[in-house]
Amino acid sequence: MTDPMKERAIAILVQNRPDVLARIAGTFSARGFNIESISANVTRNPAVTKIIITTLSTRETIARIIKQLNRLVDVLDARRLRRTQAVWREMILARVSLTDERKAPLLKLLDVHGGKMVALEPGSAVVEFSGDQQTIEEILDRLEALGMEDLTRSGAVALERVKP
Amino acid sequence: MEETGSQILFSAMKEENVDTLFGYPGGSVMDIYDEMFRQEIRHILVRHEQAAIHAADGYARASGRVGVCLVTSGPGATNTVTGIANAYMDSIPVVVLTGQVPTSMIGNDGFQEVDITGITRTCTKHNFLIRRIGELHGTVREAFRIARSGRPGPVLVDLPKDVIQAVADPDGCPAAPVFSGEGDSADLEGPCREALKLLSAAKRPLLIIGGGVILGKATGLLREFAKKLQIPVVSTLMGLGAFPGTDPLWAGMPGMHGSYGANMAISRCDLLIAIGVRFDDRVTSKVEAFAPHAKLIHIDIDPVSIDKVLQASVSMVSDCGPALGALLRLAEGGLTRPASEIRDWHEQLHRWKEERPLRYCRSPKIKPQYVIEELYRLTGGRAIVATEVGQNQMWAAQFYRFDEPNTFLTSGGLGAMGFGFPAAIGAQVACPDRTVVDVAGDGSIQMNIQELATVVHYGLPVKVVILNNLYLGMVRQWQELYYGRRYSQSDIAQSPDFVKLAEAYGAKGLRAVRPEEVQRVLSEALETPGPVVMDFQVEPEENVYPIVRPGAPLTEMVFGPSGTNA
Repeated sequence: MTDPMKERAIAILVQNRPDVLARIAGTFSARGFNIESISANVTRNPAVTKIIITTLSTRETIARIIKQLNRLVDVLDARRLRRTQAVWREMILARVSLTDERKAPLLKLLDVHGGKMVALEPGSAVVEFSGDQQTIEEILDRLEALGMEDLTRSGAVALERVKP
Repeated sequence: MEETGSQILFSAMKEENVDTLFGYPGGSVMDIYDEMFRQEIRHILVRHEQAAIHAADGYARASGRVGVCLVTSGPGATNTVTGIANAYMDSIPVVVLTGQVPTSMIGNDGFQEVDITGITRTCTKHNFLIRRIGELHGTVREAFRIARSGRPGPVLVDLPKDVIQAVADPDGCPAAPVFSGEGDSADLEGPCREALKLLSAAKRPLLIIGGGVILGKATGLLREFAKKLQIPVVSTLMGLGAFPGTDPLWAGMPGMHGSYGANMAISRCDLLIAIGVRFDDRVTSKVEAFAPHAKLIHIDIDPVSIDKVLQASVSMVSDCGPALGALLRLAEGGLTRPASEIRDWHEQLHRWKEERPLRYCRSPKIKPQYVIEELYRLTGGRAIVATEVGQNQMWAAQFYRFDEPNTFLTSGGLGAMGFGFPAAIGAQVACPDRTVVDVAGDGSIQMNIQELATVVHYGLPVKVVILNNLYLGMVRQWQELYYGRRYSQSDIAQSPDFVKLAEAYGAKGLRAVRPEEVQRVLSEALETPGPVVMDFQVEPEENVYPIVRPGAPLTEMVFGPSGTNA
């Protein structure tokens, strides 16, 4: 039975206490696992933080990581987040140099993907997009062709779908 | 009524029934030590912070209680890191209290400041940095709870000086925060029935037990279970004493330096029942060849251990006690299995033991194994034995038979030289009426030799057995067997006169150079009402046998120098 290395995700609910993030990251690095992307923020309960982490691993390794996370005192729950069973979003802010030829295609891209012009600067614009990982990759390809100068990309956030 | 942070700290410890601290003062903990002057708690002043943590660890191993140590910030704290990692690897409940610079100075490279919570984040079960006096009491209580619950482990509490010096009304403090506890014990009945079914069908069942049975205080239930169902028992290094070494069902210690009988038992059994073990590589050697014919039943309190090294047919994430209790209850009616089948297996195990017992050759020089055998005999097998690491550790494990839990104190997971002597100190403090011995090598004993001052200071009658071979023995053995006898940096013939060294500290020193002198030296030491150091000048190039080469199957044991297979 194959167990390929691929990007897998974990959702972790933790106590909102100092150095919880360091502890989670330490669990990964101490065992040689790499964090590909991470997003963390407090939930509506100020004592609880939700963290989404994606990592490159096999199925067996991710099961092991999850057991080790659940062993941490500050972790309330750690579980697999399967790609197909959740809604995924990432956000980007990108700076694109503005020339006359690029204005129209940029506006078209914003329109097609529901992006926003966030700031206009002399000679450049900052735009915002959100979408799932594949959409973001496509948008980034297009933005690069349009002369993207700078980029910030958030970690993936996800919400499990309710089972029918 | 207002109390200082120091007072709140001592109150919290009193509520936790802490009667002993092992520690060493310093700038950041001056106020705690000042308050201690007014308190009734016993404090053992060691001579190196590493000894403080190892002593707290030895205290915990010998007594089953949480060990506590107190050290200052900066170098005081970093000196405990080895001991913390050691407690972490062996799952020992200790609380480490470290001083810290005032909260306003944290992160500014202050005098004697280190980020000890950062440094120990991955080798503590959990750690805390207390930022406000209001959290002090609750956090200290919580630290003890975390240290002793579930799979025990070390918890560090970092105490900034301003928090300790602050005053507060303890009644106004928030209640102790309740952290998510270890998961509730899973439903055991289902897996227990499965396990007993497998047991009924097994013709060659074997119990392998480890440190978890001792930590779980389940040795009584284990003995009942093994005897009731007549299952032979092997024990890892950490489990020695959980099952009596003198019992007929005892089949030895398996692993790299395990006995022939134990390794053969593992290799031929058809059902392996593992309780409180984590399948460390020193035990399994080549994993694919470990218990190749056996189904595995694995009981452990930590889900991380299950299916980590070996896949289990039946697993239970549970404290050993409740699991063994459930198995015993369900096995009330006995097992439906012909007695003759299991009798053949018992006879086989007996034959293996007889074929190749643990042994050594006599010689005009003192053999280290002989020293251990005599120690065993003269202490009636009832001493608490701490060991250092290396050959001394292996010979102690092989030639001293432990019948009770909490009597063999050894650094198993980390293998930290210098552990034994301070651990023996901690054990002696915990068990003042027992004979406590540290089995050491000439290399290891020098790592915390300064603790001779501690044993003399408090009149702790610890007996130190130095198996003095003028080498870093285990390193030399590997260099002999696997590195063409190139003894690179393992020669420590330049060592002190241990008798004079003991006397310089005010302890008694004894020496034996011939086998005939061994018994006399040991007897005299055991009858001396104070600390004694014994220098046994042993055969320098004696090896620990059997030995399984790393990565080889347990069945490929070497029993003597090549060409002899003695």
